[in-house]
Amino acid sequence: MDKTYYDPADLKKFGKISDWNAELGDKFFDYYGKVFEEGSLSAREKSLIALAVSHTVQCPYCIDAYTGDGLKRGITKEEMMEAVHVAAAIRGGATLVHSVQMMNKYDKLSM
Amino acid sequence: MLKSLHAKHSDLSKTEKQLEILSNGIFKDGSLPTFADKIKAVNAFPLQPKKIEILQLNVGYMCNQVCAHCHVDAGPDRKEIMTVETMQQCLDVIKNTGVHTLDLTGGAPEMNPNFRWFVEQASLLGVQDFIVRSNLTIILANKKYHDLPEFFAKHNVHVISSLPFYKKEKTDKQRGDGVFDQSIKALQMLNKVGYGKAGSNLKLDLVYNPSGAFLPTDQKALEHDFKKALKEDFDIVFHSLFAITNLPISRFLDYLIASDNYDDYMYALVEAFNPSAVANVMCTNTISVSWDGWLYDCDFNQMLGLKVATKERHISQYNEENLSKRNIIISQHCYGCTAGAGSSCQGAVV
Ligand code: SF4
Ligand code: SF4
Repeated sequence: MDKTYYDPADLKKFGKISDWNAELGDKFFDYYGKVFEEGSLSAREKSLIALAVSHTVQCPYCIDAYTGDGLKRGITKEEMMEAVHVAAAIRGGATLVHSVQMMNKYDKLSM
Repeated sequence: MLKSLHAKHSDLSKTEKQLEILSNGIFKDGSLPTFADKIKAVNAFPLQPKKIEILQLNVGYMCNQVCAHCHVDAGPDRKEIMTVETMQQCLDVIKNTGVHTLDLTGGAPEMNPNFRWFVEQASLLGVQDFIVRSNLTIILANKKYHDLPEFFAKHNVHVISSLPFYKKEKTDKQRGDGVFDQSIKALQMLNKVGYGKAGSNLKLDLVYNPSGAFLPTDQKALEHDFKKALKEDFDIVFHSLFAITNLPISRFLDYLIASDNYDDYMYALVEAFNPSAVANVMCTNTISVSWDGWLYDCDFNQMLGLKVATKERHISQYNEENLSKRNIIISQHCYGCTAGAGSSCQGAVV
């Protein structure tokens, strides 16, 4: 049998997290469901945000789930890839902006 | 060019093979409940009709397109065509029963040589709703079809057309290269004779079905997106959008298996089972007639060779009373009609 850390079939078992703590599990799923409802942001926009964030948290389950969700909603692959680039830009930017701290520290310590 | 399963002599062109796949696999080992189990649990077994209101005629499997998902396995190589004699038997049934909607489908129904004769005859019967399912590109496929929009308008036909998406790439991938541009032209021709305009009684509806192994989303949201995009990009208007779930039979089943999506798709269908869709599945008010006059609970059962469970199974023996009392034949493909908001030839059912 293949041994891997991630099994795509586990995504379907997500709901089972409530088995070991129904109260907190249910509260989480209520909250989760509410978050993704149509609101000031459309459910479509939220789906794209979720896809981008999935890439930043590097969760393969979420990437699968929100790629599928996007397809259902008629989100195009161009829109999906742009969302991922937004995530990448923020991630890259966040790394790079810390270089200011590095530069400050360097300058402070240098004669 | 994509070929029909029939032309490829594929194993899956055999109904027994499809039924075997639907009953075995993940259903055989009990990983998923069968459709019968599922509707037993909501007291809807056996599934029975309410009232027969719609006669859906499949006037032939011949089509100018070969769409990747086609549940009819239609294409230019299919020669099955309804004869005038069978059409006349259908007209007699409409005359003598409570059927109020006539729904012509195919293949491309317009390719049946008796199509225009039938439309003329049927429109005289005064059914409430007379639907022709047109794939749009047929209107441009040959000069002899260019006047179809005027012909439809003259006979007050309700045109329902499939357009998988409002963008070229997805549409062409599912239905073939060039289909999107031609469909757009055909829609503009229909608009020109008055179809689809707000307040017009020339009804033009579109059908969306997912271009891949996923379920459709909310019909209203899709309709909004389609209307906006088609109006802005091509100045096209239409009345309603029907979102339809692809059922795991024929070419769509072939695609699911070849792309290793079958198990996940069935899982998604079962997980999305909606008990409130069961009462409104289309077999509860429709009878489907095949090109050779046999009667089926629906177009899908027709393609699986599952004739109605009554003594009289042919249009020539149509017996409304017995048909109204019959049990509908079901299998795992029925999950497609009850997933999410449900799916019928008129889109969502709940
Ligand atoms: S246009 Fe319709 S009938 Fe023809 S191949 Fe496509 S899905 Fe099948
Ligand atoms: S596939 Fe046919 S028989 Fe099954 S639920 Fe749908 S309409 Fe009814």
